[in-house]
Amino acid sequence: MKGNEALAVAAIRYGADAYFGYPITPQSEVLETLEALKPWETTGMVVLQAESEVAAVNMVYAGAACGKTVLTSTSSPGFSLMQEGMSYMAASEVPALMINVMRGGPGLGTIHPSQADYFQACKGGGHGDYHAIVLAPSSVQEMVDFVALGWDLAFKYRCVSMILADGVVGQMMEKVVLPEQRPRRTEEEIRKLCPWAVTGRKDMRPRNVITSLELDDDIMEANNHRFQATYREIEKNETRCELINTEDCDYLIVAFGSPARISMKAMEMAREQGYKVGLARPITLWPFPVNQIREAAKNVKGILCVELATGQMIEDVKLAIECSKPVEHFGRLGGNVPAPDEILNALHEKFLDK
Amino acid sequence: MKEEIIIAGFGGQGVLSMGKILAYSGLMEDKEVSWMPSYGPEQRGGTANVTVILSDERISSPILNAYDSVVVLNQQSLDRFESKVKPGGVLIYDSYGIHNPPTRDDIRIYRIDATEATFDLKNSKTYNMIVLGALLKIKPMVTLENVLKGLKKSLPERHWHLLPMNEEALRKGMSLVKD
Repeated sequence: MKGNEALAVAAIRYGADAYFGYPITPQSEVLETLEALKPWETTGMVVLQAESEVAAVNMVYAGAACGKTVLTSTSSPGFSLMQEGMSYMAASEVPALMINVMRGGPGLGTIHPSQADYFQACKGGGHGDYHAIVLAPSSVQEMVDFVALGWDLAFKYRCVSMILADGVVGQMMEKVVLPEQRPRRTEEEIRKLCPWAVTGRKDMRPRNVITSLELDDDIMEANNHRFQATYREIEKNETRCELINTEDCDYLIVAFGSPARISMKAMEMAREQGYKVGLARPITLWPFPVNQIREAAKNVKGILCVELATGQMIEDVKLAIECSKPVEHFGRLGGNVPAPDEILNALHEKFLDK
Repeated sequence: MKEEIIIAGFGGQGVLSMGKILAYSGLMEDKEVSWMPSYGPEQRGGTANVTVILSDERISSPILNAYDSVVVLNQQSLDRFESKVKPGGVLIYDSYGIHNPPTRDDIRIYRIDATEATFDLKNSKTYNMIVLGALLKIKPMVTLENVLKGLKKSLPERHWHLLPMNEEALRKGMSLVKD
């Protein structure tokens, strides 16, 4: 299955209540697959093409406020339009799943793979002090698995989860194991799981209000402290990173998403040439796997960050190791994707041949 | 076992679906598979290519710089990918419309007249199956039986009556390969 198709199926199988979105390459297959599978006839899931990304994200906000399991998917320019909604949802502490299959920017850019929305996703693309959990799939299987993980975490911490994929992972086909179909949550289950949600005042319970507006500065400050406490908790519990060949490595590649896969091949090629190269693949970009990177980098002579961007994640890598080692960047831009030998050449140029 | 393949040609020649059927066939043999298309504003008449990897082990990169097998179906693709065949690897090209044939002497080169064969079969739509048949004759990476299963999986049920025609094309393609 294609990554985008698999993600759509995973959303239905998780028992999603609604998808709202607006088509944009390279993730239009998400909406197309949902329309083709017609889940409204089986699970009762709503699939709606909104009039714009701004409308879609606010529909997600509304669904999430009701404790519903809702998602949207888009690509870079559409994700920019959704930033206001992201900030509002973060401030309202509602759980939602956002998918950004990144394409080359800035502006309307190209339709080919990119990772240049890293800062926007991880450092708060909307206004205010907030974070979303950012998951970076590098395989079609992870496009499936991170749907469930994303929603589980979103409901656990009452925050927005994001799947930050790139066009390669969205467009490629791989073998994939799909989860069993889960039923959608009943109204009773939602009331129990989300006592904060606006679900109608059954038995005249106290009113629930979902809003991001607070005119009292002191209350807003307290809200911010509460958000931050949640973020610290997420940092403590939910950091994920895959380490390959890092026990003995002299040089470390750090990459996420499809560049991590391409870097893995470059690592294999380097090992064939006799160089001890390892790979660290952050799975959560926020929270960034600071400890794992620091540990993996402990004995290395240098680190190469491979990104489909001019160097965004590299800042987090430098912070993680407190600039204690040389860190270099290699990337392709604008929708171009490097082949494994380009990464190997960069390793040679920046470290191995020096 | 690991086989890294690229198939390249014009949009409309069935390049992507040929890759898809090959990937599904690998799936039927319980292999790890990866299918990575060139995607974009390309359309019929433009260029298209797809990278397919079949492997017994976890596949690292879906994007490659050198291939075990390269199948090229027009001159542009031949010009672009001849140099990307690994030494000792296989290059298969359709002679139709080729004015500058491949020249490397460190690889195995096969010329197949697949476009001409479509005239014999009086069916241009099974062109890509003829090419796939030729590839599988040269590199028997999956069995014909599993290709047919893969074909069935990638076709919607309303097209299953076309399966015998596709099988004929696969066999025709196999018969085109001369040592």
